[in-house]
Amino acid sequence: MTKPIIVSIRGLTRSFGEVRAVADVDLDIFEGEFITLLGPSGSGKTTVLRMIAGFEKPDLGSIVLGGKDVSQLPPYDRDVNTVFQDYALFPHMDVISNIEYGLRVKGVDKSSRRERAMQALKQVRLEGYENRKPAQLSGGQRQRVALARALVNRPSVLLLDEPLGALDLKLREQMQIELKELQREVGITFIFVTHDQEEALTMSDRIAVFNHGRIEQLGSPREIYENPQSLFVSEFVGQTNKIEIEGRKVNIRPEFISVSKTTRFGDCSIQGTLRDAIFVGAVTRYLIDTTLGSTMISTNPTEVISIGESVTLSWDKKKEFLVQ
Amino acid sequence: MLNSLATSMHRKPRLRLAALLTAPVLWLVVAYIGALATLLVTAFFTIDSFTGNVVKKFNLENFYDMFTDAAYKNVVLRTLGIAIGVTVICSILAIPMAFYMAKIAKPKSQKLLVALVLTPLWASYLVKIYAWRTMLEPNTGVVDWLFGSLGIHSPGFGGPAIIIGLSYLWLPYMILPIFAGLERLPNNLLDASGDLGAHNFYTFRKIILPLIFPSLVAGSMFTFSLSLGDYITAQILGGKLQMLGSVVYQNFSINLPFAATISMIPVTIMVIYLYLVRRTGALASM
Repeated sequence: MTKPIIVSIRGLTRSFGEVRAVADVDLDIFEGEFITLLGPSGSGKTTVLRMIAGFEKPDLGSIVLGGKDVSQLPPYDRDVNTVFQDYALFPHMDVISNIEYGLRVKGVDKSSRRERAMQALKQVRLEGYENRKPAQLSGGQRQRVALARALVNRPSVLLLDEPLGALDLKLREQMQIELKELQREVGITFIFVTHDQEEALTMSDRIAVFNHGRIEQLGSPREIYENPQSLFVSEFVGQTNKIEIEGRKVNIRPEFISVSKTTRFGDCSIQGTLRDAIFVGAVTRYLIDTTLGSTMISTNPTEVISIGESVTLSWDKKKEFLVQ
Repeated sequence: MLNSLATSMHRKPRLRLAALLTAPVLWLVVAYIGALATLLVTAFFTIDSFTGNVVKKFNLENFYDMFTDAAYKNVVLRTLGIAIGVTVICSILAIPMAFYMAKIAKPKSQKLLVALVLTPLWASYLVKIYAWRTMLEPNTGVVDWLFGSLGIHSPGFGGPAIIIGLSYLWLPYMILPIFAGLERLPNNLLDASGDLGAHNFYTFRKIILPLIFPSLVAGSMFTFSLSLGDYITAQILGGKLQMLGSVVYQNFSINLPFAATISMIPVTIMVIYLYLVRRTGALASM
């Protein structure tokens, strides 16, 4: 990558009592990228975000933001803004006052304040809502206000702490696309925290997978999905079949396994019996008891198969991946 | 038998409501509103200056006396000033205290602090006021004894002593509602304000204060109304100074209707205060 680095994290460590929430994390974030910190709850991703924002102080390590070490500065002296998990809109202010808050703090004069706030409101497609109170908005609308309130300050980095967690599935998928488009439009670096692997794969330029306060793997969504470097990553991101075949311990994703009664599609195969077929909407998960004694999952049938029938599972060897 | 009673109660919601509310409603109507109504009626009676008996005939003589005698106007203004002073002092002391309890203290010490704030309420009112009398006694009191050499002297008995005493007495009633209000205030609003560039004092003015205003009003209703009606503290710490309650107390045995008339003043002030508070919308969120 030739892009300049905007956030540089070195040796970042933070403990809460006995628990090491973040343990010696190094991470460079490039200007203008959409990076996701992905991990289960308690993996340290949110603590890293809160330390970048300044809500938590690191025990050890440094955070350099735009060339300046900010790790000991209070939140109000950092050129970042945050979109909070439950929005944290000020309930006693209407939408436009919420959005103008950051500008008013900085002493921007009234007319350009209003102009920028209206522009931000337009950016998140909420024109006409400026005089509503947060309580009069739906979850999705509050989300947009929170986004506008942060973006209007034109920070060099926008931090998003599971901002879509409280929305229903349909709205979440729509917001994922909108957020990604918005990020391209404004060109600001987005640091996005989520525990939802699908969300991470959809939106990110790069993903940092967190586990036990450390980064397990850092890479593009494709690298993370197709070439996970650890057992944890392979199981946390997507589904995987673990098998031992011809003396090799390998993993293979369900969508790469073809199920057929007789035909082989690929250079590896195994025999089995269809135990169950679980319909989950876009795909159907086929559970197959194999002759190896394990159960494998496939989402890629090639013909109609009934439960109890014998089948052949087959795949390309190059789709397998090894995990230490 | 009990079972069938419960079933029939379940089918008749009105009966259920009656069983629930009869006792409290009776109490409210007879003891509470009844007493207030009696007070109001009595205020319009007079006494026979010869026999000292109450003459149960409606007239406005008491109100005429009250509004024309400048001495009563002074007492009203003084009492109002003391009640406002007590409320302001309690607010200034209670907000940082409640903030520490709600937002900074660890959960364990938080419980301890709440208990500590409540502890003075277990002691008798009179004991506490006499304790303050001992503290504030000129020359021989604890304050003069401890700080006299530093040039700090007790204000003596009078208005300031009353304000100190009442502020001490009613402080817990101000701390607790503000503490409850701050507990309900989500921490991430404070984070968000800082994140948007606001220093702590700005956050206090623009976010915390407006959001705990209903709690502040709730607390002030205690400190303000309890101060308006007080006469014991005035008697013990006030020296020669009189508050409205003292006037009521003095007239109680010699001119009961006039005492009732004077009592209407704090009642009226409280009604006006509640009306103003209601207009700010603070009661709606309580």
